[in-house]
Amino acid sequence: MLTLDLANQLKAKFGDLISEPAQFRGEVTVKLADAQQIAEVCAFAKTKLGFNYLVDISSIDNYGEDPRWTLIYHLRNLANNAELRIKTDVSEEKSELPTVLGVWATSNWHEREIYDMMGIRFSGHPDLRRILMWEGYPYFPLRKDFPLAGKPTDVPDVAFTRVTPMEGGPFVTLPSSNDSIAREPRVRVPEDAEPGLSDKQLAKK
Amino acid sequence: MATVQDIEIRDSAARTAAALEDLQDMQGEKMVLNMGPSHPATHGVLRIVLELDGELITKAAPDVGFLHRGDEKIAENMTYTQFIPYTDRLDYLAPLANNVAYALAVEKLLGVHDKLPPRCQYIRVMCAELARISSHLLGLGAFAMDMGAVTVFLLTFTEREKIYNLCESLTGARLTTSYTRIGGVSRDLPPGWTDQCRKFLEEVIVNINECETLLTRNRIWVDRVRDLAVISKADAIDYGLSGPNLRGSGVEYDVRKAQPYLCYKDLDFDIPVGATGDCYDRYLVRMEEMRQSVRIIDQCLKKIPGGADNKTKEPINVDDGKITLPSKQKVLSSMEELIHQFMLVTEGVNCPPGEIYFGHENPKGELGFYINSKGGGTPYRMKIRSPSFVNLSIIPKIFPGCMMSDTVAILGSLDFVMGECDR
Repeated sequence: MLTLDLANQLKAKFGDLISEPAQFRGEVTVKLADAQQIAEVCAFAKTKLGFNYLVDISSIDNYGEDPRWTLIYHLRNLANNAELRIKTDVSEEKSELPTVLGVWATSNWHEREIYDMMGIRFSGHPDLRRILMWEGYPYFPLRKDFPLAGKPTDVPDVAFTRVTPMEGGPFVTLPSSNDSIAREPRVRVPEDAEPGLSDKQLAKK
Repeated sequence: MATVQDIEIRDSAARTAAALEDLQDMQGEKMVLNMGPSHPATHGVLRIVLELDGELITKAAPDVGFLHRGDEKIAENMTYTQFIPYTDRLDYLAPLANNVAYALAVEKLLGVHDKLPPRCQYIRVMCAELARISSHLLGLGAFAMDMGAVTVFLLTFTEREKIYNLCESLTGARLTTSYTRIGGVSRDLPPGWTDQCRKFLEEVIVNINECETLLTRNRIWVDRVRDLAVISKADAIDYGLSGPNLRGSGVEYDVRKAQPYLCYKDLDFDIPVGATGDCYDRYLVRMEEMRQSVRIIDQCLKKIPGGADNKTKEPINVDDGKITLPSKQKVLSSMEELIHQFMLVTEGVNCPPGEIYFGHENPKGELGFYINSKGGGTPYRMKIRSPSFVNLSIIPKIFPGCMMSDTVAILGSLDFVMGECDR
């Protein structure tokens, strides 16, 4: 398989930094051990392996685990349609990794979005501002410890947010007598039989 | 008697500085102009902060997010099936295409994306292509209207009305279709739908040709859009453009051809590409894509297994009680189906742990869903790769050097939807 060959070439170049390519549903994923190397790895993938198109950058909040953040770079080679996913972990204390803006210009807004939603910073990014939320908004809403109902905020003359009533909405899917915020499935890990921790409980942990 | 006269000879650096100062006096100050978020030509709530030197744009800073609803957060808090109506509201000009894209993404996670019944695949392709025609017609109409050609807008909206009627008889809704289900579609084609659709195809092609005669060789139109906001091939790839904007710059990439899904590999169609990457090329690409979509739907109507009224009872859903809902009859009479129905409604479709990305060729570009599952009926994380968001990120690159009056033409040619951009 073509993508597997390219992934192995990446591994040959960077050695132990790159994990064995994993396959799921025909997609190839490699994991980069050191997030600080992401720019070098991406630059190599672009110039030597032909991954000239960055499809997307996603981020995951592995709440309650260490390292907390996972970043996912989805690369594509337009000439032969090979697609490769590079994942890398970033710890919560660090919450920072180098930008890949020098490799693909499209990463500019993707990185701004991740900073806006998750609060992960990209060193070397020239314009790391919020993009979907407004300047001055104090939270990172896609983090797992941010409740779906929202938190009250107020930036005078700009915007405010209020807590949304959740009872009766389509969201609550866990059977329990806890309040609706505690019953959200967002922090649920199915193997873990301890569903729905409320915000206060989470803060204590 | 000779007198001594002082002559001041300035060195070259001082002379340059003085000349620059004179020039700046002549040019005057730069003006910052705020365009949007409520501006008819920004087609939604896009705000662009423009820095102008006279009528010339020197800097453009787009500001997005006014329509942010937190769709990705919402998706983490509901079952896969419950999220389908939210996909209607991404690119609300092509809700059917979004439904298809989302359903295919979840099916890929389940591993049933290549086991869909053929009739379901053909219905979905027709939906996606109808959505493409509808979206391009609106994009074209609004683009032309912003350039002063109001007739085109009236023509294209007449045709879009017919597509809405088709949507209505197919799905029960004109805008918020929510037509697909995980593993199939919500209902089969209603009686007479194929005839209605065939009639529409005959009419729309006449109308597309008429729009073409109104615009393609129209001197005013050509003068306004040609050689404007040229996006080079390298830039289009570097900025991650997709859809007609990428192909307008001459990159022959279409997900339908590159990684065929559904029954696209059995269908015959061409991928139009532009030559220079200006606004005119993007317009031409969209025109040709509509014709190709008509061609695709026409083939689907001929080839669809089961024909118009499905006399042979071809299935439209995956035959798996753990993915698709059983029939009402079965639920009321059989224990196993009752349990399946109960589990699907309360817990959702049980997806395996894993992660997938599925990109779908939407009218605006590549709509992708990255789903990270830890098992169970809700995604752990769902990232929506919206084409409009990525396409808009090239604005700071192409706006400088254009005239203020060109902004509406460029925005029209980029053809974006803020509902999808902001999610």
